[in-house]
Amino acid sequence: MKQIVVISGKGGTGKTVMSACFASLARNAVLADVDVDASNLHLLLRPEIQERHIFRSGRKAGIDAEKCTACGICLPLCRFSALFKDTEDKVVVEPLSCEGCGICFHICPEKAVELETQVAGEWFVSKTKYGPFVHARLGIAEENSGKLVTEVRKKARELAATEARDLVIMDGAPGIGCPVIASLTGTDLALIVTEPTPSGRHDMERIIGLAQHFKIRTACCINKFDLNLENSEEIERWCGERAIRVVGKIAFDAAIPESVVRGVPYMEYTSNSSTDDIRRMWSVLLELIDRP
Amino acid sequence: MIISVASGKGGTGKTTIAVNLALALQPDHPVQFLDCDVEEPNAHFFLKPRIEEFREVLTPIPEIDDSLCTYCGRCAEVCAYNGLAVVKSAVLVFSELCHGCGACSLLCPEKAIREVGKRIGVIESGRAGDIRFIHGRLDIGQAMSPPLIRALKKKMDPSLNVIIDAPPGTSCPVIESLKRSEFCLLVTEPTPFGLHDLELAAGAAKEMKIPRGVVINRASLGNGDGEVRDFCAREGIPILMTVPFDRKIAEAYSRGETILEAFPACRMAFLGLFENIRKLLS
Repeated sequence: MKQIVVISGKGGTGKTVMSACFASLARNAVLADVDVDASNLHLLLRPEIQERHIFRSGRKAGIDAEKCTACGICLPLCRFSALFKDTEDKVVVEPLSCEGCGICFHICPEKAVELETQVAGEWFVSKTKYGPFVHARLGIAEENSGKLVTEVRKKARELAATEARDLVIMDGAPGIGCPVIASLTGTDLALIVTEPTPSGRHDMERIIGLAQHFKIRTACCINKFDLNLENSEEIERWCGERAIRVVGKIAFDAAIPESVVRGVPYMEYTSNSSTDDIRRMWSVLLELIDRP
Repeated sequence: MIISVASGKGGTGKTTIAVNLALALQPDHPVQFLDCDVEEPNAHFFLKPRIEEFREVLTPIPEIDDSLCTYCGRCAEVCAYNGLAVVKSAVLVFSELCHGCGACSLLCPEKAIREVGKRIGVIESGRAGDIRFIHGRLDIGQAMSPPLIRALKKKMDPSLNVIIDAPPGTSCPVIESLKRSEFCLLVTEPTPFGLHDLELAAGAAKEMKIPRGVVINRASLGNGDGEVRDFCAREGIPILMTVPFDRKIAEAYSRGETILEAFPACRMAFLGLFENIRKLLS
């Protein structure tokens, strides 16, 4: 079983649109949305949720007001500025700042600190007409998105194994931080979706750097390539010099956002030169992913 | 006044709105611009600042003194992030998991742990015209951006009009960026993706008790912005600005041009946006 992740560095370059097209083109795949922070793929795949799981992760400190003597020993030790005294001189925790390190719990002479495991989100196993789909929703303002990504990926691989499916297609998150790293490690191919803008190019270079850091093979798709042909050529040159294959160039196409509004993969919304280009890109990706 | 610009979904135009707002305010209102999207900082492409200062940002990680360590295992037990493991006669440090909380060094009974700095990224500051510009850049391969964002925000000068360009999403890096903001400007687009993530970002700002306003970018896209307007009406969030869907804006962006450069008449609209925020807060 192979795994492909669609990432970009910069947000809004078209990761989810491409992922949904691949879901519609693939014949025997498990789909996964590993952008757990702001997931969108479900809006195009229209899943029927079959399993719901609570995601528990991370802890937060709580103060037992009965036991706390407000001695204040814990206050300067908290590196996250999550502890302070309120107007009544009581020690309180600012939950959005607490990272659950437990230093206050360990140091408190009165044993007045409790560490509570948090419900940090939910993850789902769903049925779609394209195959099984694993997705998640991280609670607002929650941490540990990387762990939730790992959870989603684990389930997707399990499903692929039990249902004898040969591919996992993952729609990734923007950025280069913890959830992106969690979605990259151990994948067979990372498709980088970029656009011919200074930020698209810059962010692509950083995400390719990250993939290379983890020794993950990359291929590149230039979305909206005709917005700036000069920049697109430069991206192609840059990729060429590094032996990174540009597998697709997709035109700036107002029908793409329309398909999103309609809530269907673009392949099913229309048939034009862009859908042809996407179909061609998919077959190149399949070749690449099967190559050792 | 501290205004942060967020969105949930990436690519809705956070940087575009933040940059043009900053440019419209100068020279009459002193501005400090903080690009807190340290994973993918982009504002410098448009503001083109002259960088005057460069600083490495370090976070503390444990270093074990083998001559004092008895391998009792206390450090691994107290580490909430599985950042330490004790085997027979060695302590393994997994620095990429370390949050730099200091629990291991504080609680080691032998005082065998000291903290050393590990570089996670850099902060660069300078000037773009009259705008004081600061951004952070996370080193490739580093997983945790909040400590870098915290270091960046230490340079915030609330006596100025501070504009914060936040990262996409709603998790810890966004929360860190939004902290202490007096107003949160949410940039969205009228697609199911834009609306879905606007709801998340609006929820995060609400949880942080930060007053909110919305900018609808590419407003004429799809079926128009009716659903976004309905959501804002339900939540009582004012819509402060709309920007039409225009290939010319996208092309200007692709050349690294700002809206104000491509369409100078828009300056009044951005000044109006600022005045509206001021009125909402007074």
